[in-house]
Amino acid sequence: MNAPQPHRVWNQEAQRRQARLQRSVPFAHGKEVAPADMVSLLEALLEPGDRVCLEGNNQKQADFLSESLAACSPQRVHDLHLVQSVLALPSHMELFEKGIARRLDFSFAGPQAHRLARLVQSHSIEIGAIHTYLELFGRYFIDLTPQVCLIAAQAADAEGNLYLGSNTEDTPVIVEATAFKSGIVIAQVNERVDRLPRVDIPAGWVDFFVVAPTSNHIEPLFTRDPRHITEIQVLMAMMAIKGIYAEYGVERLNHGIGFDTAAIELLLPTYGASLGLKGKVARHWALNPHPTLIPAIEAGFVERVHSFGSEVGMEAYVAARPDVFFTGADGSLRSNRAFCQTAGLYACDMFIGSTLQMDLAGNSSTATLGRITGFGGAPNMGSDARGRRHASPAWLKAGRERSGGGTQVRGQKLVVQTVETWHEPHHPTFVERLDAWQLMEDMGMALPPIMIYGDDVSHVVTEEGIANLLLCRSPEEREQAIRGVAGYTPVGRARDRTLVENLRDRGVIRRPEDMGIDVRDATRDLLAARSIKDLVRASGGLYQPPKQFRNW
Amino acid sequence: METLHLELPSLQDDTLSPQTLLHGVVSSGNLEVLVEPGPDAARCVFEVQTAAHGFSEVWQAVLCDFASRHPVGGLTFSIHDAGATPAVVSLRLDQAYQSLRTS
Amino acid sequence: MMTSAPQSFREASARLRVQGLLDAGSFTEWLGPARRITSPHLAALDAPVSFDDGVVVGQGLLEAQLVVVIAQEGLFNGGAVGEVHGAKIRGALLRAIEVRARAVLLCVDSGGVRLHEANAGLIAISEIMRALFAAQAAGIPVIALVGGTCGAFGGMGIVARLCDALLISEEGRLGLSGPEVIETVKGVEEFDSRDRALVWRITGGKIRRTLGEATLLLDDDIAAFRAAAAKEMMGSKTMGDSPRQRGLSPDALQTLEAAQRHLEARAALDPGIRDGQQVWQHMGLGEEVALMDPAEFNRCLEARER
Repeated sequence: MNAPQPHRVWNQEAQRRQARLQRSVPFAHGKEVAPADMVSLLEALLEPGDRVCLEGNNQKQADFLSESLAACSPQRVHDLHLVQSVLALPSHMELFEKGIARRLDFSFAGPQAHRLARLVQSHSIEIGAIHTYLELFGRYFIDLTPQVCLIAAQAADAEGNLYLGSNTEDTPVIVEATAFKSGIVIAQVNERVDRLPRVDIPAGWVDFFVVAPTSNHIEPLFTRDPRHITEIQVLMAMMAIKGIYAEYGVERLNHGIGFDTAAIELLLPTYGASLGLKGKVARHWALNPHPTLIPAIEAGFVERVHSFGSEVGMEAYVAARPDVFFTGADGSLRSNRAFCQTAGLYACDMFIGSTLQMDLAGNSSTATLGRITGFGGAPNMGSDARGRRHASPAWLKAGRERSGGGTQVRGQKLVVQTVETWHEPHHPTFVERLDAWQLMEDMGMALPPIMIYGDDVSHVVTEEGIANLLLCRSPEEREQAIRGVAGYTPVGRARDRTLVENLRDRGVIRRPEDMGIDVRDATRDLLAARSIKDLVRASGGLYQPPKQFRNW
Repeated sequence: METLHLELPSLQDDTLSPQTLLHGVVSSGNLEVLVEPGPDAARCVFEVQTAAHGFSEVWQAVLCDFASRHPVGGLTFSIHDAGATPAVVSLRLDQAYQSLRTS
Repeated sequence: MMTSAPQSFREASARLRVQGLLDAGSFTEWLGPARRITSPHLAALDAPVSFDDGVVVGQGLLEAQLVVVIAQEGLFNGGAVGEVHGAKIRGALLRAIEVRARAVLLCVDSGGVRLHEANAGLIAISEIMRALFAAQAAGIPVIALVGGTCGAFGGMGIVARLCDALLISEEGRLGLSGPEVIETVKGVEEFDSRDRALVWRITGGKIRRTLGEATLLLDDDIAAFRAAAAKEMMGSKTMGDSPRQRGLSPDALQTLEAAQRHLEARAALDPGIRDGQQVWQHMGLGEEVALMDPAEFNRCLEARER
């Protein structure tokens, strides 16, 4: 038997944590830090090369903490390794421009996609990898554990207990990984109160908090004004509902955030109801509280919704519908990105969303030249969970179709891409080669940034029809099935007409008329709400849209 | 603006009333189409004025499909286009045809 | 298949509005699209033209009464008035006198003068005004219907206010300079044109009705516009009952004095008032105004006006 090594110290991380806390003492009163002292505190406790998580996702950003970090002296704080979901703020980019941070592991960079690409090309940033959310959260517990995390909460009490309000998002997973591995947890809050409505993060896990000078900014990212939904989108929504939702009996699902899926949400209580689908499809959802879901909820289609985060203006509506949404004892929405992503991956039978480009293998990407966007929630939910065991009719049917009559040992998630063949007059959605490949070469990446892998895609819906890729028996058939719904794009015009008609005879490709859909019925009159005000009315006045969406 | 003149063979539907009809609006991403009696019962005439340059092949494909999809011989379709996608072009033409049948 | 929802006035094209406003099948168009009287100015600038230059004019029946109808297409160049477009409106107003129409229905959906045709457009606006006065002087009421995507701005905002009645939906807007113009000239601090709620609180149907600039607030429904227009037309019982014509009659002084009293009352409102919300607060109306439907809103104002 080996004797224990005599000089090995087993609590170096805890010792390092104590040293950080010691150095911070002059800049805090207990756990509370004055906004003016935040830069000094960060300079005192951070060490070069630290792994830092700056919280921020769709609905909330630790913007004050990010600006404070960017204001630190690069002589004191440098070469940090950021491990975080989203790069959204200008101050995030400043960290790299100033040399405060050097390395990055992340998921999504929508608003900073251009600036990020420039930093990569000028070698001012090293990108470890672009992850899906669950992948990054997983790595927080394996090899990317933050030493310091800077998070955002709604409120704190004197002891440092935190209340997260409607927008829980990523906070629990970040704090869990940091606090229980001798890291430092610093929170910015909008207000300090005597008594919190509920405790979401206990004070024992929190080292410091600061009342930010201004509340963290929240964008209504999930609000789609029904006015902008086109007849073409209505037609595609009809096809999706009749050709997929009804056909497979999809009860558990996730929707993307575009107008295509908003159209489906607004057609469920009208067109969906006319097909007798109420109670049979779209009952359980992994979805943010989309305002366009209100009519389907009110009509009794939607039974349950679990959310990644919240949506501005939906607070009172959610609080009044606790049978549908997850809510706390205080009445407000309880969201959680890690759990909702897990639900989307393992507990849903379908993902349906849009994309900017799709190739002949069905690979899709929102990356375009000169922009590193990363991925939002789509890749986890838009992938077949190979480890899934529990059965459902939709999952089994899709699995049967894929196995082609062979021995069936597993089902298959429905991964549906709904796209117009041209997303702008000069930009076809279907392409021979994704821009992602060029981006990979330009940026020296290991792999092209593909959002949804083609071999996970089960159906492609366009204005021309539906291609069921599960029924394709060879890569050539798959290619012709995609060409066969690619409309007048160069890819679509290069179809083999005979093969495509063959596929149509076999039901691999279905046109609207094959599904009994009359194109003339595809009008905006089918929408359960045609304006934001209609949504407010449907909610009984509970939905309070932000001012850029109101005309009153 | 780019102009396009196309004459395509198409069947004739005698039940269509010989009238003029305007469908759609010239606005960004949209078009208007004026349907009138044409010179030849066996052919369909298309006159296109479009704001999008370099798409004549796509227009030909869209219009050929339309002329083979419906019996529109003996009709002229005059189009003012402000950058409609092929999907919108097809939809508007189909709608114009349906309006002809019902009016 | 579905129960038919009200047909949105806002979402309908000018042609569909005309169809929905008139008795079925009664419309005869003047200078229709087949005549191809398009804008020479737009063509010279290599810009897309429209077969009807963005306005539909003609005659038809409303509740079996002969009316002239004019409908601007807000989606074509923002419903802006060019030379041909303006001449068609002017001609239709003058034709109303010749055919002894019972009323003119003027569907305004316009940002004002078409910038591509600046001078011709400006002249056209003044010609439209003169023709409108002529129709009114001949005892033909002109009823403005405002509920399209562009509202009624610039010169067409003035024209709308010259009409005998102005019917507006909540989605409708009325003003002189449009929000974007004000923001460009005076800065975003003066007027944030992207703040939709602010734009509607200042130019929208509800505040225009409150200030007495619109006659009636309507649902965004073509049938509601048709019914209200018919009622306005019937309300002016005989030819010669147009308010504008009354303005030339012995009770002109009374009419002018009433208008003066109304304006004095408005001027006496707190000068700090900057938008509709404050006007409603001043009147003792609260947040509920925002969601009040048009019928309820009209009743609420009528009760106060009595």
